Amino acid sequence: MEETLLWVFRGSDRDSGRYFEYRVPVEEGMVVLDALHWIQANVAADLAVRWNCKAAKCGSCSAEVNGRPSLLCKTRLSDFPAGEAITIEPMRTFPLVRDLVTDVSWNYRVNARIAPFSPPAEAPEEAWRWQQEDIERVQEFRRCIECFLCQDVCHVLRNHETEHEFAGPRYLVRVAALEMHPMDQGDRLAYLRTDAGAGYCNITKCCTEVCPEHIKITDNAIIPLKERVADRYYDPLQVAWRKLRRRPDAGQAPPPTGQRE
Amino acid sequence: MVAPSVKARSPGTAERGFGTTLRVDRWILEPAAIGLVFTGFIIYSLISSLIWLPAFGVPYEAEGYLSPFFSPLIAPGLLPAWFSPAILVLWIPLGFRATCYYYRKAYYRAFFFDPPACAVGEPSIHRGYAMETRFPFILQNLHRFFLYLAFIPLAFLWLDAIVSLRHEDQTRLGLGSIVLVANAVLLSGYSLSCHSLRHLVGGRLDCFSCSRRTRTRHSMWRWLTGFNEKHARWAWASLFSVVLGDAYVRLLAIGAIGDLHISF
Repeated sequence: MEETLLWVFRGSDRDSGRYFEYRVPVEEGMVVLDALHWIQANVAADLAVRWNCKAAKCGSCSAEVNGRPSLLCKTRLSDFPAGEAITIEPMRTFPLVRDLVTDVSWNYRVNARIAPFSPPAEAPEEAWRWQQEDIERVQEFRRCIECFLCQDVCHVLRNHETEHEFAGPRYLVRVAALEMHPMDQGDRLAYLRTDAGAGYCNITKCCTEVCPEHIKITDNAIIPLKERVADRYYDPLQVAWRKLRRRPDAGQAPPPTGQRE
Repeated sequence: MVAPSVKARSPGTAERGFGTTLRVDRWILEPAAIGLVFTGFIIYSLISSLIWLPAFGVPYEAEGYLSPFFSPLIAPGLLPAWFSPAILVLWIPLGFRATCYYYRKAYYRAFFFDPPACAVGEPSIHRGYAMETRFPFILQNLHRFFLYLAFIPLAFLWLDAIVSLRHEDQTRLGLGSIVLVANAVLLSGYSLSCHSLRHLVGGRLDCFSCSRRTRTRHSMWRWLTGFNEKHARWAWASLFSVVLGDAYVRLLAIGAIGDLHISF
């Protein structure tokens, strides 16, 4: 039976960790996670790897395969040249727990700081109405499975220990989903400019390249948010126009029902 | 069969050192090629627009064709010989491209190595990273103003292309006109695919269906989104078309080539 060579990071410490070599029999259609399961079943039962659905929908099995942030359950062994070793390591941006498992809890702390969905208090939920064209932008962002591959590959989080925290692409997507929602009345532009650090993003699009849900993170979420921040803070014409019309943030907050003229 | 192999680097920290990565593809090719082409364009455009006329006497118009670098032609007779009229115009398209979201991605990777490619180590790891939150890169937020200004030379480029169809009291269909029209088309596509334009036309709205006006803006936003999805292609095609247009006029001017045309 054909075999493939895997180099798998093992260890729970940055300095003492090593790549271990495993030869795994290959069957048609195998993904990297299948190979790791074979290793667990046959060679190293204590190999730590986080997984759940094995259908590229739970976002649990994020790691780096040959240096590329990938879902282990979506990366086929047949994608790699036969006879060449495949290197598997944990996500580099997050602290290591053990082997291929990292501690991604920092992301949830960032998430907790985002102002939640804020519908109008005076409109009961059953009265909400909107059209498909109003919500389809947000639907793209709702596809996110929180695999954190975009956070892992983002060079601001990966390569720069910035003095001020950057929320990262995953949470700029979440803010975009809230800001563009026709029923939301929250205002997160000040948060975006300061705490979320939207200006740290230099739109190199790595987040878009690795997204397993093919969300156009940069073009449809981050750049539109940067433009909204520019509307508010960097466009003197719009600032003057808003002052002239005495509408400090015109164009952002919809009326209660979402059905106004 | 388990055998310890190479020593691991440290997950949870960055790749230390420029180019450090476990990627096995030729990631260096894209930033290297983009860096080379950009450098070539910058050198060519500076030499062509600022130096060729005063230094070598090579004119920027020939047989009714005007180089795109010089359009609109502003008061050439009133300027000293050493002062190229392109200086009065060229800062607009250069500023538009320098602050463009696509070009930012390209040159941050190619020239600043920030990052050189996805999941590849940068030259330095620094806590002082500020990028577009501080001067000078905070000025990237002025992209929309360069967009507004860019429509002025674009209108003149269309005018130049149309005017070139009439030469010496005859209607002329020449290769030069085709080059200038193609350049105007590609620059129009590049301008219409701009992220800032897409935002200003409709992206800044939260409710597209709320009024006739917002529905119209939504239609325009969707149309521009189609252009925007190919923004990088428009950017590259228009970059090459500008150079081609200028080179064509320059070669005509020195007599290196003749203009293929039909007159009637």
